[in-house]
Amino acid sequence: MSVLQEISPNVKNMKQLEYVVLARRASQIMEELRKGARKPYSEVIDVSWGDPHRAGVKPLSFVRQVLAACLYPELVNSNKLPVDVRQRAQRLLGQCAGGSIGSYTATAGIAEIVHRVSEFITRRDGGAPSHPENIFISAGSQWALQNILKVLVNSKSSPKTGVLTPVPCHCTTTLSIMGLGAVVIPYYLSEEQGWELQVEELDRALESAKGVCNPVALYVINPGNPSGHIQRRKSIQEVIRFVSEKKLFLLADEVYQGCVYGEKSEFISYKRVLAEMGPPLSDTVELASFHSASKGFMGECGMRGGYVELINLDPDVMKYIYKLFSKDSCAPVLGQIALDLMINPPQPGDPSYPLYNVETQNIRTMLVHNVKRAFEVVNSLPGFCCQPVEGGAFAFPRLHLPPKAIQKAKEVGLQPDTFYCIRLLEEAGVLISPGCEYGQKEGTHHIRFCIMTSEVMMEELLRRLTCFHTQFMKDFS
Amino acid sequence: MSSVQEMNPRVRGIRATVSLQSLAARLTEEIMQGAKKPFKKVTDVSSGDPQRAGMSPISFVRQVLAVCLYPQLLKEKSLPLDVRQRAQKLLGSCGGGSVGSYSKTSCGIPHVHKSVAEFITRRDGGVSSHPENIIFSSGSQKTLSLVLHLMASGEGETQTGVLTPVPCPHTLPMLLDETGVALMPYQLMEGRGWALDLDELHQALKTARGRCEPRAIYISNPGNPTGHVQDRKTMEEVIRFAATEGLVLLAEEVYQDSVFGQGREFLSYKKVLFEMGKKYSETVELISFNSISSASMGECGLRGGYMEVINMDPAVNNYLRSMQGTSSPPVLPQLALEVMVNPPSPGDPSYETYTQEIRRTLTTLSQNAQRACEFLNDLPGMNCQPAMAGVFLYPSLHLPPQMIEEAKMLGVEADVLYCQRFLEEEGVCLGSGCENGQEDQNYHIRLCVLAPPATLEEVLARLRSFHLLQLGRFP
Repeated sequence: MSVLQEISPNVKNMKQLEYVVLARRASQIMEELRKGARKPYSEVIDVSWGDPHRAGVKPLSFVRQVLAACLYPELVNSNKLPVDVRQRAQRLLGQCAGGSIGSYTATAGIAEIVHRVSEFITRRDGGAPSHPENIFISAGSQWALQNILKVLVNSKSSPKTGVLTPVPCHCTTTLSIMGLGAVVIPYYLSEEQGWELQVEELDRALESAKGVCNPVALYVINPGNPSGHIQRRKSIQEVIRFVSEKKLFLLADEVYQGCVYGEKSEFISYKRVLAEMGPPLSDTVELASFHSASKGFMGECGMRGGYVELINLDPDVMKYIYKLFSKDSCAPVLGQIALDLMINPPQPGDPSYPLYNVETQNIRTMLVHNVKRAFEVVNSLPGFCCQPVEGGAFAFPRLHLPPKAIQKAKEVGLQPDTFYCIRLLEEAGVLISPGCEYGQKEGTHHIRFCIMTSEVMMEELLRRLTCFHTQFMKDFS
Repeated sequence: MSSVQEMNPRVRGIRATVSLQSLAARLTEEIMQGAKKPFKKVTDVSSGDPQRAGMSPISFVRQVLAVCLYPQLLKEKSLPLDVRQRAQKLLGSCGGGSVGSYSKTSCGIPHVHKSVAEFITRRDGGVSSHPENIIFSSGSQKTLSLVLHLMASGEGETQTGVLTPVPCPHTLPMLLDETGVALMPYQLMEGRGWALDLDELHQALKTARGRCEPRAIYISNPGNPTGHVQDRKTMEEVIRFAATEGLVLLAEEVYQDSVFGQGREFLSYKKVLFEMGKKYSETVELISFNSISSASMGECGLRGGYMEVINMDPAVNNYLRSMQGTSSPPVLPQLALEVMVNPPSPGDPSYETYTQEIRRTLTTLSQNAQRACEFLNDLPGMNCQPAMAGVFLYPSLHLPPQMIEEAKMLGVEADVLYCQRFLEEEGVCLGSGCENGQEDQNYHIRLCVLAPPATLEEVLARLRSFHLLQLGRFP
């Protein structure tokens, strides 16, 4: 395989991320700073990924204490940790083979944790029942998504399999789709309406696929990444009717369900809406819902814990899905435990509750504050226009670049928004990502940055952005 | 996609798995409900999972990881100083000082790459290893699947094929099916302790060429499940073979830390390659796999592994590194890996305990392997090659023809039937040889012998009583 020709064409089709260029430059700059180079900033602020801990948000004590006790059970017997921490660790270790988190678990996850996930879903969805046999725990939601895609996508078919995917959309999903040999069928979210999903656009996208590919599924992400939009019930119903009519498989990525900021916004799950729409839809629409421990206030991205709930799938197909999951042995045990802690936090009356409550409230306050500040500051800058961030982890403002800047970008062989990001990185030490990474309407430009940071970091970020942007717009006017 | 017909045909084509695991789960459930059985619990020795069987993890590893998870423990004086210092250093390599952040690159944490590269260099007597050639993922199977995905293309006669040993690790056949790569078997020589035979390799390649496009050869050394350790001469022959035939060498070396056979020593494919001179060391494409599911660490549930990529075209390497971009490797297992490749040194507070624990594990393994091998060889109809490394024994089963007939009628392989019955009657879950790729009537069973000696004794006793009963049924 020493020649490029021999690589699987599916892999070759996966596009190179703009991120790679930016990350490399960021590494260089950090190295220069370490060696004592003088710059207008002393460290690089990295808000390019949805990674709260990297950006200064602290992990939740209860979560870390339980995980530590599971790892090193001697802590269970000491009284250095609160009673409920020790009890939870003991209970969880009791479910691990050999009493150790170092053993393989059942393919779909530790049975009791899978049960508790189904109880969580039922509680969340106002009683709509959830069954443990339909749930698979995986090393992060993207892993589960890839397995489901593998079942749907026939990489050898002609015409190719198509998946309806929003624009903008975070790149891990689009890369997964392409890597499996399928085609992305883009449907554009309406920026002026706060990045709303409009069913007419779904129709148009599906039409455009005629003769080009064979659409099998619709992927939605709610709350949106990077859009920050939270779908209303009516919109969810429209989507459900659409997939039913067009016989598409519905992939609902709901990993940001824990991050809702708008005062009037409320997250409702696709499963709940489907169940409440009653038969025949509730018995026939094929739905996969994804969730994870990486997002939300826990922010444990490094743990790799996620799950998928599958609704209305043919039982024979489920057997194959089980096979696919079983070839990876099982999800990392610590990730499974992190998931359990997320869906079953301390309750009022538990010794850890006061601290847990304070920590989560602080994070919530911080995020609401960050969203407000980011919205205000960015919208006050000429050339920027930011839609309200109702949920999720990012702000995705539109950037109106002056023609001179676009020209310059072309000259140096960069996308205009990537050019902006590189300049921002070099001159202000802030690492964000360009809109072209996520897809956008032709001729428009955007930037994306994570708002799950400490308040101090957000202020600094906004200050540097303001400074840089003002200068940039002047330079290219 | 409302039916199996509409599914991706490649997924449909994944071979049927032996569902002993679900039977085991059902039996466990029944016991919990109060059913009376001749056993109190189900003992699963079908995978290389020592902690499941009751072996203890290494204290230093767990202590460091616990502190990394809950940094308040950095102030905890009851934990050894070197534990706390190591945790501090590792936390410094994580974004935001937390194991909850994504790894800095999609291939893993740079500091850990460096430690792994240094470990490989030391292990191979100075043959240098570069951090950029190291890629992490959630277990060695996952890293292997990245490589297979990269190679996979074509179908029918143009389908990519990999020369695969028989027997091979039981997770491999499914992986090949799922990535759309053809399994082209080469038989290992049971009579010679499961050694690799070059003539057999040549023959297998010839056969393969008629059926697909062979691109790689997969080696498991020390062998899983055979326990065989290859000697230098064989390894050089394999390397020459790969070079001449233009095959990528995929070397799975997870049990490298568990050699107990007398006069045997683990040599890495990388080391042997580099000692063969520039003609080979600069051209043969080699990918070596390792993981924390090794014998001494046994951290199977943590899911951590890496591959070292040698002599791959840089452009291809780029693709390999970017493919992982869609799923970040977990952080804690990388830290566990760092501790595995960079253990306490003489003089460190934890050194004594650490060394004792490792020694105890390997002694148990060696004694168990020997005991079990003798025991199994004493049973009529069972023949076990002595293992020199690894955690499994893989005895052959000479089953009575009536049992084979019965299996045929029930539509299962005879070794699977044997294992199913054994599980139902004695509550012990073994692995069956067909999972390891044995497709003929050459039946085998697989059991993990890295367990507390008392557990092993019980397994062996139950196996003897069950086995003799079976033979008695069909005199």
